[in-house]
Amino acid sequence: MEQSKIITIKNLVKKFPVGKGFFIALNGINTGFEQGEFAGLVGPSGSGKTTLLNIIGSLDSPSEGSAEVLGYSVGSLTHKQAAMLRRQHIGFIFQTFNLLPVYTVFENIEFPLLLMNMTATERTKAVHDAIEWVGLGDKIKSRPAMLSGGECQRVAIARAMVKKPEIVLADEPTANLDAENSHHILQTMEKLNKELKTTFIFATHDEKVINYLHRKIQLFDGKIAKDELIKSI
Amino acid sequence: MIALKLAYRNLVGAGIRTWLNVFVLSIAYVLIIYFNGLMSGWNREARRDTINWEIANGQYWQKDYDPYDPFSFNDSHSAIPSVFNSKIDEGKIVPILISEATIYPEGRIQSIVLKGISTNQKILKLPTYELNVEIAEIPGIIGKRFSKNTNLKKDDLVTVRWRDANGTFDAAEIRIISVFNCNVPTVDNGQIWIPLDDLQKMKQMPDEATILVNGDELKVNSEIVGWVYKDIEFLVMDITKIIKTKRIGSSFFYIIILALAMLAIFDTQVLSIFKRQKEIGTYVAMGMTRKQVVTLFTVEGAFHAVLAAIVGAIYGIPILAYVAKIGFKIPEGSDDMGLAMADVIYPFFSLMLIVSTIILVFLITTIVSYLPARKISKMEPTDAIKGKIQ
Repeated sequence: MEQSKIITIKNLVKKFPVGKGFFIALNGINTGFEQGEFAGLVGPSGSGKTTLLNIIGSLDSPSEGSAEVLGYSVGSLTHKQAAMLRRQHIGFIFQTFNLLPVYTVFENIEFPLLLMNMTATERTKAVHDAIEWVGLGDKIKSRPAMLSGGECQRVAIARAMVKKPEIVLADEPTANLDAENSHHILQTMEKLNKELKTTFIFATHDEKVINYLHRKIQLFDGKIAKDELIKSI
Repeated sequence: MIALKLAYRNLVGAGIRTWLNVFVLSIAYVLIIYFNGLMSGWNREARRDTINWEIANGQYWQKDYDPYDPFSFNDSHSAIPSVFNSKIDEGKIVPILISEATIYPEGRIQSIVLKGISTNQKILKLPTYELNVEIAEIPGIIGKRFSKNTNLKKDDLVTVRWRDANGTFDAAEIRIISVFNCNVPTVDNGQIWIPLDDLQKMKQMPDEATILVNGDELKVNSEIVGWVYKDIEFLVMDITKIIKTKRIGSSFFYIIILALAMLAIFDTQVLSIFKRQKEIGTYVAMGMTRKQVVTLFTVEGAFHAVLAAIVGAIYGIPILAYVAKIGFKIPEGSDDMGLAMADVIYPFFSLMLIVSTIILVFLITTIVSYLPARKISKMEPTDAIKGKIQ
């Protein structure tokens, strides 16, 4: 079955100013992602995984080359256009969960929907669906401080998935979790990937995550060292 | 709309930190309204008492009369214009003759102002009817301040010396018939009120007066030769100016309170920008524009002012209503302020005062909240997500 490319990266270079010179985080990246992929950017610290993830997520822009996400050229988007792209089409999962501490589980998951101006009824239904996906029905009124690390990350997954985005970007999602919780959330994400055809892209060096990946892109010193398809979509 | 909703959630979620700021700010609201209300109340009372006791609906001044120059009093008198005769008979105008004089209470010498007034007048609140007595001496009434300063009491006799129309010195005895209690120093300090007829005879100025107090609702005639009409606004101008000056003085106090409250808000906002970097990064990652985030933080800050108005209303309305009812007692010895000051001042809280205070505090709070929030727009979202201090 022919898959559509939703992310295309060509000759991507990302430089950061350091002193009088530059640190080259990404150097000539060429790759692409199809809809429904469960792929990972793997490599040691400083290899450029997070930088590439940030560019795909339109949180950062390329210094040279191009990154096209869902037809939008990330480098030429204004702040507002980039925000709209993230709001409508991209979900983020962070290593440190980044839940809003003063909100309940329900409110945290509801947040992206508020930005999309959905009605209260639509939001409530969508949030309950998302809570069901991650199995946190009994924690709906809890605040993040009352949850375990695994539960926090499941809330973060629900928050990323609640708007049913085309792409979910997960930066070291298991780094703060024990083995059991890591497997649990990876299984959840794999299930959502299958059911909703959402593209998941991980930045990780965790073996537990790597074992779940369908595609592994090995980064080293800002370059793709190896691009390995483990399991086709 | 979304900023309002999120700001409310964030503030309520922040708990004690929010409520501390809100409480401090609410104190600023209540104090500003209280002090301004006190000044307004004082202004109203001073104006009302001055009108009741001294100026009525306006005055005609003899053209040479200068209330600030007692040496001019002996020359500032004229025959009462005949056009006023009917009004005087009807009790709608009361003539007052003013003269410089000297008294000798307890062997001391003291310059005073003698004021002759119709004993039957009802325009001014002065108890001039008490001067309607048949005694050998000249009857006089004085105010409580003058009584205190000179140690003159009811039934005391005091020698008074004056110069008549020809410049000749003469002297007589005045008996103090009563001491009246009045909040208006300008009808009290350094003056003795005696019957107009007596003073006209003493001064050899029959049918003459220095000022004509108008008790009529309308101006009688503003174009009388040799007389100048002074309306209420002119006559209370000094009071207005003094109270305005005192208002500015007292405003320093509430400016300090307001500055402390603003410092708390500013501090909270600045700390928020640093402490909530990760949150800001998360907002941006989830699709909020930088402008939306800046708006959210500004609205959060401004919301303090809204919540403070509500909290201030909860405890401020009963307190201020109680204070407005029982008034503010002026301490002993504070009554010599140069303008009318009652023993108790009843603050007056107008709707305008309350609304303008709320708007003022809201605007200042919003500006103070916006200034640090602008920093967010300079943040790199990738660093903010990780909570890196920039």
